[in-house]
Amino acid sequence: MNFDPRFSGRKFASVGTRPIRPDGIDKVTGRARYGADFNMAGQLVGRILRSPHAHAVIKKIDTSKAEKLAGVKAVITAKDLPDLTDGDAAMYDILDNSMARKKALYDGHAVAAVAAIDARTAREALKLIEVDYEVLPHVTDVDEAAQHHAPLINDQVFTEGLEEKPAKPSNITKRTQFGHGDVHAGFAQADFIVERSFKTEQTHQGYIEPHACVASVNPDGTADLWVCTQGHFVYRQHCAQLLGLEASKLRVTSSEIGGGFGGKTHVWAEPVALALSRKAGRPVKLVMTRDEVFRASGPTSATSIDVKIGAKKDGTITAAEATLRYSCGPYAGSWAEIGAMTAFACYKLENVKTVGYEVLVNRPKTAAYRAPSAPMAAFAVESVVDELAKELGMDAVDFRIKNAAQEGTRSSYGPVYGPIGIGPTLEAVKNHPHMKAPLKANQGRGMACGFWFNFGGQTCTDLNIGMDGTVSLAVGTVDVGGSRASLSLVAAEELGIDYSQVKAVVADTSSLGYNDMTDGSRGTFSSSMATISAARNAIKILRERAAQTWDIPVEDVVWEKGHAIAKGEKYGNLSPLSLKDIAAASGKTGGPIAGHSELVADGAGVSFATHICDVEVDPETGSTRVIRYTVVQDAGKAVHPTYVEGQYQGGAAQGIGWALNEEYIYGKDGRLQNPGFLDYRIPVCSDLPMIDTQILEIPNPNHPYGVRGVGETSIVPPLAAIANAVSNAVGVRMTHIPMSPPRILAALEAEREG
Amino acid sequence: MAGVAVSTTINGDAVEYLCQPDETLLEVLRDRLGLTGAKEGCGTGDCGACSVIVDGRLVCSCLVLGAEAEGREVETIEGMAHGDQLHPLQQKFLEHAALQCGICTPGFLIAAKDLLAKNPSPTEEEIRFGLAGNLCRCTGYDKIVRAVQDAANVMKGA
Repeated sequence: MNFDPRFSGRKFASVGTRPIRPDGIDKVTGRARYGADFNMAGQLVGRILRSPHAHAVIKKIDTSKAEKLAGVKAVITAKDLPDLTDGDAAMYDILDNSMARKKALYDGHAVAAVAAIDARTAREALKLIEVDYEVLPHVTDVDEAAQHHAPLINDQVFTEGLEEKPAKPSNITKRTQFGHGDVHAGFAQADFIVERSFKTEQTHQGYIEPHACVASVNPDGTADLWVCTQGHFVYRQHCAQLLGLEASKLRVTSSEIGGGFGGKTHVWAEPVALALSRKAGRPVKLVMTRDEVFRASGPTSATSIDVKIGAKKDGTITAAEATLRYSCGPYAGSWAEIGAMTAFACYKLENVKTVGYEVLVNRPKTAAYRAPSAPMAAFAVESVVDELAKELGMDAVDFRIKNAAQEGTRSSYGPVYGPIGIGPTLEAVKNHPHMKAPLKANQGRGMACGFWFNFGGQTCTDLNIGMDGTVSLAVGTVDVGGSRASLSLVAAEELGIDYSQVKAVVADTSSLGYNDMTDGSRGTFSSSMATISAARNAIKILRERAAQTWDIPVEDVVWEKGHAIAKGEKYGNLSPLSLKDIAAASGKTGGPIAGHSELVADGAGVSFATHICDVEVDPETGSTRVIRYTVVQDAGKAVHPTYVEGQYQGGAAQGIGWALNEEYIYGKDGRLQNPGFLDYRIPVCSDLPMIDTQILEIPNPNHPYGVRGVGETSIVPPLAAIANAVSNAVGVRMTHIPMSPPRILAALEAEREG
Repeated sequence: MAGVAVSTTINGDAVEYLCQPDETLLEVLRDRLGLTGAKEGCGTGDCGACSVIVDGRLVCSCLVLGAEAEGREVETIEGMAHGDQLHPLQQKFLEHAALQCGICTPGFLIAAKDLLAKNPSPTEEEIRFGLAGNLCRCTGYDKIVRAVQDAANVMKGA
């Protein structure tokens, strides 16, 4: 659906307002039901036994003692989840990640599970399961794992993407390359070149709600799954395939979701819960502990990135090159590939080349985390861009404006851009009062840009008009942060009625057609497109009913501000019929009135942001405080501006945690040493300042209202913006994220020692 | 294992239950009494999602034993509104969109209620430190702080 240019000057009635969300009261009264808040009759408690080893062959599992414990109703191992993936390598990895089949591949990898009458019995039963491991050498560091002498995690992996298949297996699953032009020629034209290497540590999405589900498999092959997920249709597909169930017989209901950020986009414990239920013949509730969440779900890639950028004296970038190594956990992924695509996406470059390497390590399977892979690449690139600006003696913002991508620019990853917001966000930053705020001793200011693709995808929406004229909107994209409010606004806008007349719900997998999950910032973008389409289909019926009532041709009936109006002087005596009037008569005019829509929401407009950050670094302790923070981002069109601001602020806060504190710390034994919120420290209220936001609206030409996704881009610039600010504050270029106090002190000491 | 008989008051109502000696108050609230408003985000007192008030003191209910509620007064999120009248904090959280996923919201509301009971006119810094025991991963806290400031003003005027 294309952007309707009439809307650029259009005054919206509902879109752009800030009403209270429809699910709000349940959430402030404790009534909202999340993954762990649901129960079924006869329900058992499921628990998972996890490997204490980073890499080990599972020689034998003896479950006999556990099975004999009173109150234990089922014990399962990988044998109870036979391989039904039929050559689908990605699904096989998900299956193996759910329950280790031959080898435990990381500390926390599931090896067996029990269902018992209560949690205490289940915990006792886990202790009675005997696993005979043959411990193997392991590797957790991305650079070490990429070495040819590193312990091999999977001897069937021969690097893809090389001109010739390598003779030996390695931990590098794939090489990808993007770019255009000739970087050698480009660097030859450069007056200044900056080249540096960077590292970022592994972080977790850190959703406050642990993974939780209730699974119920019946003897007749029907099953129910209640689960916190970003995509219940995707979970249905995964679980049906892994359990050998018919998709239509497995009803998956998405609970309220207590945060996901990409971490709830594929199944983890859900197939295990279903297998336990099938074996026990009773419903099973399975809730991860926080320790399990850290050890076995999430996290991001750890990365190692080299960047080289050259520019002429006048500030024109002549060439840019990056090599990116991203850890994937023990299974193949495309994380470095995404990093390689996003790295230079903000800039107009004649000569650019990026190469990505996917690296296996003995850590949990890497999962998406909000604009996955982009923040680390942006950290490396934007740090070098800043340093190059200094070498040139140019202002950091002006240097970026000079080289910013524009409409018509061929992006570094291939496509040619339509109307985009990188230039406008930079101009807004240049003129922002934040840039003029005074700085004190030990304080520094940094800024950085970020890019994210945004996704569209398969979407399906039902809009049902009740006999009382109220509208129920059933969507299939899980609401992770207020989308029921924004979609209700869109339905109200299109129908010309008040927001209070619309109630949006997230329908289960048996009540609506397939929907891709809520990822890629697609929730409001794609479901609003489907909602507009569904509303227009409903309006068509409303007009027909009015025409029938008046006995005039439907072509003479228009829909305006929630009313059917007979157009033309000859109908002067016909009073408009409201949606409510038509709905009330619907039983006599042809039955229920509804609009449906099934579409692929193509054309998600790319998204850009520029952030400004001020920090204060304590030179004695190396501790860093963010004292001022501003986000400027293009939303295309902000449907519910308060929730758009919330996405900007939330992404910035996660980026601040990533930049300064958060990291997975592994011991030499390959075990995760900080699997809890005490030692894996996400920002708390007293760590942060207010986060200022500025919403720009450069309409997306592929959406009727111009909407772009807004959820993810906000986490892309912070690592770099904060690194630039810290580097400006202490006078030393920081190249390792997180910039925890010991790393900052070490950098200062190294500088002093020259 | 023999259960412990407990008589307590929850949100003003007399409540009796049997629980195991090692069972937490959070488990009792959620699994025995059906009060699922308090959430388990960590089980180690680090996230504050299970915050309740016991005899006027803000606690993580995952760190209190169910048996310790004997003879005490427990306030949970389910008792915060009066009938259909939302508490000003609840209303301001809605108006300011101080929640996105909402899993931390019950804990924040209880902690904010406790904060305002002890300090009706907190500064921004006092709010930030007063709520530092509650983790939110969605909002960046900006709108939470503003909602608490706004609610404090409303409650002072009331």
